[in-house]
Amino acid sequence: MTGEDAVRLRPPNNTLNERAVGWWRTRLLLLTVVPVVVAAVPAVLIEPARPGLSALAAALAVAGLACTAFFPRWWFTVHRWEVTDEAVYVRTGAFWQEWRIAPMSRIQTVDTIRGPLEQAFGLATVTVTTASAKGAIRIEGLDHELAAELAQRLTRITQATPGDAT
Amino acid sequence: MTEPGGADHGTTGPAPGGDGDGWARLDKRAVLVTALVMAGVAAGACVPVLLGLSGGVWFGSGARRGTGLLLLPAGAVLLVAGGAAVEYVRWTRTRYRIGPERAELHTGLLLVKRRSLARERIRSVDLTANPLLRLLGLVKVRIGTGEHTGGGESTLELHPVSRAEGERLRRELLDRAPSPAAEAHRDGELARLDPRWIRYAPLSFVAPLLGGAAAGGVMQVSDWFGAQHRVIDWVGDRFRDTPAIWIVLVLAVAALVAGAVGALGLWVEMWWNYRLEREPGGTLRVRRGLLTARSISIEERRLRGVELVEPLGVRLCRAARIDAVATGLAKAEDDKHADHKTLLPAVPRALADDVAARVLRETVSPTGAPLTGHPRAARTRRLRWSLGAALLPVLVLAVLGAAVADVLLYVAAACAVVGLPLAVLLALDAYRSLGHGLSGDYLVARSGTVRRATVALQRGGVIGWTVKQSYVQRRAGLITLTATTAAGAGAYDIHDADQEEGTAFAAAAVPGLLEPFLERGSGERGSERPGPPKG
Repeated sequence: MTGEDAVRLRPPNNTLNERAVGWWRTRLLLLTVVPVVVAAVPAVLIEPARPGLSALAAALAVAGLACTAFFPRWWFTVHRWEVTDEAVYVRTGAFWQEWRIAPMSRIQTVDTIRGPLEQAFGLATVTVTTASAKGAIRIEGLDHELAAELAQRLTRITQATPGDAT
Repeated sequence: MTEPGGADHGTTGPAPGGDGDGWARLDKRAVLVTALVMAGVAAGACVPVLLGLSGGVWFGSGARRGTGLLLLPAGAVLLVAGGAAVEYVRWTRTRYRIGPERAELHTGLLLVKRRSLARERIRSVDLTANPLLRLLGLVKVRIGTGEHTGGGESTLELHPVSRAEGERLRRELLDRAPSPAAEAHRDGELARLDPRWIRYAPLSFVAPLLGGAAAGGVMQVSDWFGAQHRVIDWVGDRFRDTPAIWIVLVLAVAALVAGAVGALGLWVEMWWNYRLEREPGGTLRVRRGLLTARSISIEERRLRGVELVEPLGVRLCRAARIDAVATGLAKAEDDKHADHKTLLPAVPRALADDVAARVLRETVSPTGAPLTGHPRAARTRRLRWSLGAALLPVLVLAVLGAAVADVLLYVAAACAVVGLPLAVLLALDAYRSLGHGLSGDYLVARSGTVRRATVALQRGGVIGWTVKQSYVQRRAGLITLTATTAAGAGAYDIHDADQEEGTAFAAAAVPGLLEPFLERGSGERGSERPGPPKG
């Protein structure tokens, strides 16, 4: 199938907000801290288990920090989104990449969600659901004002589209 | 016995037992049904206790035993009367109404629950009648809109109403103006039970499961009576002079035979009197059941395609069954109704294709269309997975064998001898099964080996595409395409298609959706190397 007419999906047009990298890093750090503390506290308190547990804590910390340093940058280059008048188009992932396309006419609900950490970074997540049980599309790490605007726009377009989206 | 809807002539009058405003009550015999069920429960509970009493195990002897014997019937009467009384209250407080706009149900013992469905949203009216209900001429009616709102809020259940009333509701609620397309095609019977189909019943995966359950059941029941060791001893006595391997084989065969008999029985219960019909107005109706009669109606408007399913055993005999891919069928977690989507039990493959074509109003079934195969890299992946899965236990056993006991080494060798060829066969078969294609208005995708499924999905029913690519797939130039839909499983996969051909296929299947997001390149495959991808 290799030929001059080969087609592939192009990356969506828009990147996420730059602050998403910081948000992902913070989230990964928090995820790292909890198991490291769980391993480190007994390492301090329990004498005989100290070598094993401190090694475990160190390994967890190194792995967590490595992920924190490595993945958010990668995610940022992969995660992209685009909304046209006809469709929502999102690319996510790192090792497993995923491209999702949902036509505007099949969108049922549009939600914006802001977790506490996202609020601290001024970010928001837009979730677009279709009638499929497996069709929800999430755009994480958008600037919250942009997200609100996008949600409004999506709602407006989908309301103008007739049909029950199945 | 007649099935529900057997008496479907001339019963379009007002609902019985109404009290004005079109409100109707359930059938009065609901109380009788509950009383009978409770009596059954009471009998089931009392008999073991009576057995225990006559053995004099718990109540000692003399006067105390007398009181015990008196208490039992009193308890039973209380149970039956109490159940009937509660059911009577429920009956008096339950009303339903089919108005011009909405179907409404008020119910509840203490708290009145009001539920109402917009009539235009109603997608299914299913009638079921267990043997007790059938004897009394009653049915249970489930009215569903099939929306994914969760919590079962989108169904009304009328339990019970008379058979004629159930049939009237079904026809009234699903009666819509027939579309012109419906006129062009013949209504009536699409398929009818052929008793010879029963030969596929023992091939299903139900048989070994039932066999295992039977063996487990024997042990469990004997355990209740404290006779488990006696059963084991008895079995041991039968095989006093036989080697262990024969005992295992004979017991396994016995369990399988028991399972096969059970599967036959289950098949007869499920599929007796099976009939698949198309009714005027565009409704598919499945009627079946020996003891419990079921009538399942699927509006054609919400049918998005069919799935031709070939479990391994059935496939080896060149047979297949057909499931409906429709919006608003009972959800997967609601496993009590999991069989609602089956339109046709396992039948010879040619007939299955034929019925699929008739269900979809096509001349040739899309499920039989020639499909595009997948690249050889997909075969490599499958071989890698299955060999890995087969080698893992071998390796574990070998390591354990080397460390602990030599006998495990022989087990490991046996596993390898049996497992590896099997793994290769399954992988090659899985690769052969892979395929996708377009057939008229349908997108066809096939995959699977143990359960091979060919789905034919209306292209208009695809409500989005998901393209997935793992690191390994990226290197091999493969993608997994997922067509999301409102119907059936919600998403149907095309595994490991060629990167470019698959993308072009997805774009062609749903015109206009993917085009704005495609780029036409020089097509040097593999030029986009993994690693942090381009931004």
